[in-house]
Parts: sequence; structure tokens; C-alpha cells
Amino acid sequence: MSTLRTAKRYLEEVVRKMKGSTTRKIRTNYDLYLMLLPGLIVIVLFHYLPMYGAIIAFKDYNLMEGIIKSPWVGLKHFNALFQAREFQRVFRNTLLISIYRLIFQFPIPIVLALLINEVSHMFFKRTVQTITYLPHFLSWAIVGALVIDLLSPTKGLINIALKSLNLSPITLMDKRYFRAIVVASQTWKEAGWSAIIYLAAISSIDPQLYEAATVDGATKWHQIRHITLPGIRSTIVFIILLRISALLVTDVEQILMLYNPVVYEVGDVIGTYVYRVGLGQMRYSYTTAVGLFQSTVGFILLVIANYLSRRYAETSMW
Amino acid sequence: MIRTKGERIFEIINYIILLLVVVITLLPFLHVVAKSLSKESAVMAGEVSIWPIGLNLRTYRYVIGNYAFLRSLYVSIFVTGIGTFLHVLVTSLVAYPLSRKYLIGRSFLTFIFIFTMLFSGGLIPTYLVIKSLKLIDNIWVLILPGLVSSFNMIILRNYFSTIPDSLEESAKLDGCSNLGIFFRIIFPLSLPAIATVCIYTAVGYWNSYFNALIYINNRNLYPLSLYLRMVILDVSAQLVDLNPELTNLNPESVRSATVVAATLPILIVYPLLQKYFIKGVILGAVKE
Repeated sequence: MSTLRTAKRYLEEVVRKMKGSTTRKIRTNYDLYLMLLPGLIVIVLFHYLPMYGAIIAFKDYNLMEGIIKSPWVGLKHFNALFQAREFQRVFRNTLLISIYRLIFQFPIPIVLALLINEVSHMFFKRTVQTITYLPHFLSWAIVGALVIDLLSPTKGLINIALKSLNLSPITLMDKRYFRAIVVASQTWKEAGWSAIIYLAAISSIDPQLYEAATVDGATKWHQIRHITLPGIRSTIVFIILLRISALLVTDVEQILMLYNPVVYEVGDVIGTYVYRVGLGQMRYSYTTAVGLFQSTVGFILLVIANYLSRRYAETSMW
Repeated sequence: MIRTKGERIFEIINYIILLLVVVITLLPFLHVVAKSLSKESAVMAGEVSIWPIGLNLRTYRYVIGNYAFLRSLYVSIFVTGIGTFLHVLVTSLVAYPLSRKYLIGRSFLTFIFIFTMLFSGGLIPTYLVIKSLKLIDNIWVLILPGLVSSFNMIILRNYFSTIPDSLEESAKLDGCSNLGIFFRIIFPLSLPAIATVCIYTAVGYWNSYFNALIYINNRNLYPLSLYLRMVILDVSAQLVDLNPELTNLNPESVRSATVVAATLPILIVYPLLQKYFIKGVILGAVKE
């Protein structure tokens, strides 16, 4: 009896689903929409309201009149921005740091993954991985402190070593080294962790390819060049494109730990500039324009990168 | 397996390079630990490299017994604990409906969430909104804005959609509501993905200091990361400010000891982190 009843209910359900109009489907699943509600409130309050608030880039915002009543001024702040020498400086710094990262930091995790993959001794492999992943989990407050400690002019490890070799010290006050320090500390923190995604890609390569290659007398080098690298090609392209789409983004938490007024000329980036000038000098409308410029360029780059990635790497973000 | 001479040489070089990488990773830690434990005179003279000279625990006693340190530790634990719990709840409640193919408006709603990852109003408008919501100097400002992450939402949504539909259908036949299905069936079956997201979120809440830097002026509400930044960038001021009688402590040693003390909580939970984080990278890489 009960099976019959279940079958009947099931049939009814199927029929109802097939007949169901849009409004009915929404009504029967009203609780699914209810589940979305808390999340929607959060993104409306903290993401969409600020996007609306970004219209102050086209206004002269003042505290008394608020976002809506402040007077419109058109592109005034954008014109000011493109003429400001300070903005040109932070734009150049942001771009340069990103390009240096692309050239010097980006290849290291790939090499690291290739090397780790060749280790046959399991304990050694696990130990290397455990140790190199660790810095990723530390905050920039800690890593920044480690960098400051290492580069302390008279008491830091690096400068103690340089002194014993009779070389001049490397410090955070030195404009020549600041960007290199930024890129190097990023690399130190993230290289091990970034290698994981390549290791995952390598492990999905068909092992038979390697066996066949060995039979044919291919050396390690040949195997890496002709099997491993082509096998992780789409991952590499994907990561390069992600990097390119973030050209105008620098890790503000990192820079705020390391820089000081002496190196603003080489170390001040868009993110820190908005923070310093916007909140420090309360130039709200002007720095909103700066932020909007950064967001818009970032968004355009991302759309282009995604298109290219789908086209050439057969992966995409959406 | 037969190995050629070339392969053996390659292997040796490989081990040497990786050992070097390990050493480079560990050196900064050894240096800071050595400094934190050494005699103050040795630190001041710049003699400490990677091995402590003499032994000095006075700095640690000061750092760990310091009221400001303990208070910011408490703030961080509160923000990380409550924040992670609420984040996982809210984000998975978003992810589940968006994983149902029959949901009307699914692609539009998904877009609304993903768009927040692609475009932002910027720092200043966000600050003005938060100010008008009266959240400045309120501990919840460190929790609420981060309650939904589109990245974690995608991980969870992908995981939820791999659970067989038959489970949902049979529960529906038994008269279970969508909410009931989610909490009784889907959530318990998704614990690996949930654990990964928990850890991503907890590390994020624990490590970030920028939000607190912008929205918190009251030192009683500083999380550990921001307290650390203050100690690192402004040691002498902080010492005088908080403990006038301890000005004779060496700032360099205090900084090192604070860094070590702040790193310890991460080291303790690190084995757990590593286990689920790696799963997360792989989960995140799986496309719909």
C-alpha cells in the first residue's frame, strides 16, 4: 500500500513540476529565496551601496550635504587626477611593481613545482612542501616585521652578513632597493604556496606519457620540456592572465608595513595613495575618482584576460 | 629502475636547490627567534645572527603578560571565531540555492554575487557607507563586511551541485522543506568543502589588519595583527604609552618577541590548515 501511495505522490509531484508556472515554481521554493536574503543584505550594504556612493567621483562631496545633495562637477576630479604629478608617480610605481612581479616572481613557483615533482624521497618531499607553504599563512604584519628585522641597518641578519663581506648595507630607506624588497618578500611569502596549483596540474598528467617517453630514451630534460610543461600550459596561461588583470592592484597591507616617506617616490602605489590622501587629507571625491579609475581599468583587463583565457587556455573564470 | 649518470647528477642538484629553498624560508624565523631570546646587549651590538647569545626571557615575560597584547589576542579570537561561523553560514546559505538548476533567476542572482568580485566602489565610498551605518569603532565592522565571499561561494556551490539530486528528491517526497534539506542532508554531506572554507575564512579574518586600520581608532578594539603593526612600526612610543616603567626594555628585542608570540597561534594550528587548504586549492580549481 505504502509503496503505491509513494508512487502516486511521486507522479503527482512530477506532473506538478511539469505544469508548474514560473510563479508557482517561485512560490514552492520560496524558502530558497529566503536563504539568499542574509547574503543579499550583506552585499547590498557593503558592495552595492559603495558602488552607488562612487558617484561622488563626479561631485564635490562635502560632509554636510552627503552623497546625494553634493553638487555635480562632471569630470573635474578625473582631469585633476591625470594632471597630478603625484598620481603619475603612484601609477608608475603600481605598474612597475606588477611588471617586476610578473617577470621575477611568476616563474619561481613553476620551477619549484617542477623540482618538487622530481623528488622521489617522500619524506623529503613532504618536508619541503610543509616548510615552503608556511609563510603563506602568516599576516603581512608578521612578514613585514621579519623583513624589517632582517634589513635592520646594524642588527639585521642580511646587513650583518654584508658587513662581514665589506659590502654596503641594504635598507628599507634606500630607494634603489625598495621595489626589489617588495617583490622579493612577496616571493618569499607566496612562492611555495603558489606551486601547489602547478603540482596539482602536474599530477593530473597521464603517467603513461612518461613511461612511453622513457622507453623511447627521453632524458629528464626532454620529459620536462615535452610532457610536463605542455601538460600544465593551460594553468600557466590562466595564471599569467589573472596576473595581468591585476596589474593595477598591489598588496596594500604589504606596502603599508614596509614603506616610509623616504621611499614614497618609488614605493607609493595607488592603494596606499588613496588611503593616505583620501582618509588622511579627507580628499574624498578626488580619491574616489582614483579608486574608480583603478576599478574600471581592472575590470576591463579582467574581461579581456578572461576572453583570451577561454580562447587560448580552454579555461575561464566564468 | 636504471638510472643514467646524468639523472643521478640532476637528482643531487635538485636536492641541493630545494634544501637551499628550505634554508631561505627558515632563516628569517631563526633570526627573529634568536633575537627574541638573546641578551639585550648582544642584540644592540648587532651580534645575533641565527643562534641566541645568552638567554633573556624578560622580554617574553613583558610581551605575553602585556595587557594590550592579551586584549588584542582576545579581539582576534572573537572576530575570527564569530566571523568564521557567520561567514560559513551566510555564504553556504547563498551557495545552496544557487547550486539548484531549477531556481528561477539563478544566473542573474549568481551574477549579482560574482560581480562584487570583479568590480568595487573603492575604499572611500565603502568608508563613507560604513561611517553612515555607525559602524566606526564597532567590533562588528571587522566581521560584517566580509560575511559573503564570492570565491568561497563558488567552491561551495560547485561542491553542493555534485551531491546526487535523488537525495533531495526523496526528501522532498517525504515533505521536507528546502531549508530542512539543506541543514539535514546537504550541509552534513559537504563537510570537506565546509572545512576548507572555514579555514580560508579564519586565516583571512586572523591575518588582515587593513580593515581595522581604517575603521577602528579605539586601541581597546585592535586585533592582534594591527597591534603587531603598531608595535613593529612604533615600538618606543608604544612602550612609553602603555608601560611607563618598562622603557628600559630594548625595542628590538620587544619587537622580535612580539612577532614570535604572534606567530605561535598559527604554528599550532598549521598542520590542520595545511591539510584542508590544499584540498581547497584543488576544489577551487574544479570548474562547474
